[in-house]
Amino acid sequence: MTSSVLPAQGTLFHPPPTAAATVAHTAAVQATTPVLELSGIGKRFQGIVALQDVGFSVRPGEVMALLGENGAGKSTLVKILTGIHRPDEGVIVLSGKAVSFATPQAAMQAGITAVHQETVMFEELTVAENIYIGRQPLCGMPPRIDWRRMETEAEQLFKRLEVDLPVRARVKDLSVAQRHFVEIARALSQRAQVVIMDEPTAALSQHEIRELYRIIAQLRAAGTAIIFISHKFDEIFAVADRYTVLRDGRFIAAGALADISEAQLVALMVGREVGQVFAPRAPVDHEAAAVVLEVQHFSHPTEFHDVSFSLRRGEIVGFYGLVGAGRSEVMQALFGLSPAAHGTVRLHGETVHIDSPAAAIALGIAYVPEDRQHQGVLLSLPIFQNITLPILSSIGFFLRRHRRREMAISRRLSEQLELKARHFHQPVAQLSGGNQQKVVLAKWLATAPRVIILDEPTKGIDIGSKAAVHRFINELVQQGLAVILVSSELPEVLGMSDRVVVMHQGSVQQILTREQANPALLVAAASGSVPQEQAQEQNLTGATSCH
Amino acid sequence: MNSMNAMTDTAATKTSRYDIAERGSFHVTDLLNHWECLLALLLLVVFGVNCLLLPNFLDLYNLADSSFNFSEKALIALPMALLIICREIDISVSAILALSSVMMGLANHYGVPAAGLFVVGIGTGALCGALNGVLVTRFALPSIVVTIGSMSLFRGLASVVLGDQAFTNYPDLLAVWGQGYFFDVLPRPFVVLMVAALLFALLLHGTVWGRRMYAIGNNPVAARFSGIAVERYRLMLFILTGAMSGLSACLLTGRIGSTRPNIAMGWELEIITVVILGGISISGGAGTIGGVMLAVLTLGMVTYGLALANVPGIIMTIVVGLLLLITIAVPRLLRGNGKR
Amino acid sequence: MSLKPQARPGPSHFSQAIAHVGSLLRRRREPLLALLIVLLILLVGVRAPVFLSLHSMDNLLTDSALTIMLALTQMLVIITRGIDLSVASNLALSGMMSALLAMHFPHLPIGLVIAAALCIGLLLGLVNGWLIGYLALPPIVVTLGSMSVYRGLVFVLSGGAWVSSRNMPTEFIAFPLARLAGLTHLVWLAALALVALWYVVRHTRFGRDLYAIGNDPVAAGYVGISAAQRLLWTYGLSGAMAGLCGYLWVARYAVAYSEIAYGFELTVIAACVIGGISIAGGVGNVSGAVLGALFLAVINNALPMVQISPFWQSALTGLVILSAVIVNGRGEKKRHKQILPLHFHAQRAAVSRTAP
Repeated sequence: MTSSVLPAQGTLFHPPPTAAATVAHTAAVQATTPVLELSGIGKRFQGIVALQDVGFSVRPGEVMALLGENGAGKSTLVKILTGIHRPDEGVIVLSGKAVSFATPQAAMQAGITAVHQETVMFEELTVAENIYIGRQPLCGMPPRIDWRRMETEAEQLFKRLEVDLPVRARVKDLSVAQRHFVEIARALSQRAQVVIMDEPTAALSQHEIRELYRIIAQLRAAGTAIIFISHKFDEIFAVADRYTVLRDGRFIAAGALADISEAQLVALMVGREVGQVFAPRAPVDHEAAAVVLEVQHFSHPTEFHDVSFSLRRGEIVGFYGLVGAGRSEVMQALFGLSPAAHGTVRLHGETVHIDSPAAAIALGIAYVPEDRQHQGVLLSLPIFQNITLPILSSIGFFLRRHRRREMAISRRLSEQLELKARHFHQPVAQLSGGNQQKVVLAKWLATAPRVIILDEPTKGIDIGSKAAVHRFINELVQQGLAVILVSSELPEVLGMSDRVVVMHQGSVQQILTREQANPALLVAAASGSVPQEQAQEQNLTGATSCH
Repeated sequence: MNSMNAMTDTAATKTSRYDIAERGSFHVTDLLNHWECLLALLLLVVFGVNCLLLPNFLDLYNLADSSFNFSEKALIALPMALLIICREIDISVSAILALSSVMMGLANHYGVPAAGLFVVGIGTGALCGALNGVLVTRFALPSIVVTIGSMSLFRGLASVVLGDQAFTNYPDLLAVWGQGYFFDVLPRPFVVLMVAALLFALLLHGTVWGRRMYAIGNNPVAARFSGIAVERYRLMLFILTGAMSGLSACLLTGRIGSTRPNIAMGWELEIITVVILGGISISGGAGTIGGVMLAVLTLGMVTYGLALANVPGIIMTIVVGLLLLITIAVPRLLRGNGKR
Repeated sequence: MSLKPQARPGPSHFSQAIAHVGSLLRRRREPLLALLIVLLILLVGVRAPVFLSLHSMDNLLTDSALTIMLALTQMLVIITRGIDLSVASNLALSGMMSALLAMHFPHLPIGLVIAAALCIGLLLGLVNGWLIGYLALPPIVVTLGSMSVYRGLVFVLSGGAWVSSRNMPTEFIAFPLARLAGLTHLVWLAALALVALWYVVRHTRFGRDLYAIGNDPVAAGYVGISAAQRLLWTYGLSGAMAGLCGYLWVARYAVAYSEIAYGFELTVIAACVIGGISIAGGVGNVSGAVLGALFLAVINNALPMVQISPFWQSALTGLVILSAVIVNGRGEKKRHKQILPLHFHAQRAAVSRTAP
């Protein structure tokens, strides 16, 4: 029983290569010796085993999908391959020679580069310089940086990629997709033998994903091996030849993607059969439930425009869109973090002006941010201090005297969320990702909200904890909360929401009910393919009649 | 209305399979990890060395008198610690002190009564602090360069008013507080310092405000997202620092009995040094008032010992600088380098 | 119901205009500063025409030379998100040591004395660089400590005594103000420093790596830049320049004692700030540093000319610094993320105008 709501591979994103071509290519690839071979790799961090006895191989011209849940060890492996960490044991063989990388530069010079999920860019420097930083071409005596040659070579790289980017632009003016292309250009310029791509499509539109596939095909034809990390199975099946699965730091399985199904891959990743992730819920009676939040014509000069939607008690409204569509910005503005935003916000029928997070909290709105580490928790502070941070004024001015009350609140919420920790004075930094998220949720539950906005609540969490968070969200709405769920994961949005708002480049493209929504519609809308007038009609009907 | 007994109460009966203790277990070796304990040890060592080497050290009156040297500086170190905890800094404190003293002299010249001089001094300091605070919070400017600029400005304004003269003839009330004693043995500035230290410790370690300051220093973004008015706290701290500098000006002027253009020259760096020595991390979010006071006492004792041994004051500068470098370098060396 | 929502006018156009002006200022900051300096000189010249004389300009350049030289290397430090508070104490210590050297060995060639001062400064700077680069300690704290230590060492070395012009060989004192083709050696050295640092910042991998480190220290590590080594030599350079300026100061004013250049580090940092070098790191160029130093020198030299009492000097300098920080800060303020397509509102207005 698969948990996926996605269609079969190939129909949505990219027409699969013809069967004959695939077979021929695979045969050619299998004939050659691996360009990169790992065996017995082990790595420990302060006693915690991150990797143990991991091995795999990649052949030139092959795309290898590296699969595993969050915490399986993929990022540690990538850091070892790129020279950031050194393995405690094991051997890396590159082009037949055993290698050991003392620095990231050594790995780069040996021919291994990575295109990271969060691009590694220097904002104030130009595109050309970002590509060649640390190894700019020199000329003349005394040796000077040859700026002209650097820019010409960068232009040629982009010509090869068939991407149009001004090489003199400063990276801070580029979009996320453009930054990814700069990273790819950097990998190309290093004549890498192995290119690691870590979740490269998160912020890309359909068109840009097709560009990326074309570039990958180019690299393959040139004999470059690609290690492709993604959790979107449709992409994996569209692009990759073989797979390697890691779990809990160990190598589990490897093979050809042609010989395996998605459900089997998930089972390998998780170690057990995964049942349906999204529990069925009683449908929300849209007419009867009271409207809790009504947003009309909410706009910001540069971040979003004319956002209107409503939220009823006991309802989950999902906000779907590409990374960078403006959803988090809308939510943060609703929470009082953007003074430049304007529009009408009504809470229980009364117009309110939310000009600060404290005001939002007092009105019963809670915002669980996407970036847990930077916006959600205070890593060095103890658990109980994190949990009571927004409600300090209700505990009492002299905190020492009311320590028991603080502890009682923390204990109650931790039990409700099944938080796993040694003691309440433990700094939150010592907890796992899933437990840190629980601390954040506990903190916001402590404010007794009426509306809770969850921004990518299951990002970076293993499947087991994901299911727990989804169960918890269901409990919340059953008890009368209204939830806004911002998510970039199609299955999550489709499985959890009563209605879905799709945003693209700061505007609401469509508002669909659960019955109306399907993956194709959502993805198309998120890429901006909905005619504007139709979208505006939908916006209005969505706002007034809640359907 | 946001009441605490919302839905969370109804779920209280549910028990989790995990048990969380209230506190971690206590190990004596944990004490060594605490900066304050190491400082206390250092204080004992300094005390011991001084007792052994200097015959006049344990004279109670001398010891008490030595507190005059550091009380005014320490008064400013207290709010500076809070500022640094909140990831800001104020380099203009000595200039604020100078300007406050000059304003007091001016007010005195125009016949303002003695008690009013205190108001003038503290008020000027608070206004200067407000300027710093508004520039940093409202305009989102980095505090280090703002306070370098305001330092020039305040010292300059003091210069302009003072010219090449000095204000003297201050009323007795100032001297009573600046150089006087309680019960003939406890210097007044020291008592003021102790009271202030207690208040600040209570503020930082026992109230909601202090908890929020630690949050701001730990992670200003997450603090803001949690509903803390980060900029308001920083503004208040700049004003408080200015006001304490003003108070210090009152006591210093009372002690010296005059206002000269170079009053308190170079104090800002000594104050910042003593705060850092006291365990307040320059990156914010950590440190205690107790640590700062221990550092104040330790340095005060070292200064006093050096003075008794007839060592010139500038050697103190070397000692303080070396102490600062050693105390931040040694933990890093022992733990292994921070970078790679 | 099918009303078309109107595009919102007003605030977005206005804020876009402000953003445009701000970006213009940001891109043309140095020419603006140069213009300001020229205007200021002309203004003062109107009140006191003697200010515009060649002699006065020559004085101006000579007086600003040391600030320019130190601002150039301080710029390197600030670009890496650091700060070097110890330059003035380094200057004092190197200057004192070179003075003592010349006093005890009066027949030493001047070149050797200068080289000695440079090397002493370099060593003192490398101490900072090692602590900051290899031990990853915060620059403000390290240079605060070393500043105290170096200043104290001046006293220890000299025993509290002054080295006066009587103790210094004539060649020692004459060098800074000796003329070459009409300009003093000080000005030539400043020009040399300008060219050298422009070259470093624009044409060497070392210089470009500093920008990378200032932009994103972690990313710099990922692309293979050895931040530790770069920082070691950045602070080393800053120290070396302080050493050279130490000799120049002591020789020019023909006196060495433990309080020389007290507080000068703040002047140097102020020059950088005025010149648009952001304290947050990652941006800045040599023209900014030089113009900032010149600006401060103009103010200092101009005041006596227009009969403003020297007591106003500090206050005016403070106002200038604050204004520079405010102006630079507004330009660099974190812009709102641009998510709506650029010219979104103009496009919608156009569409609604052309629609039937």
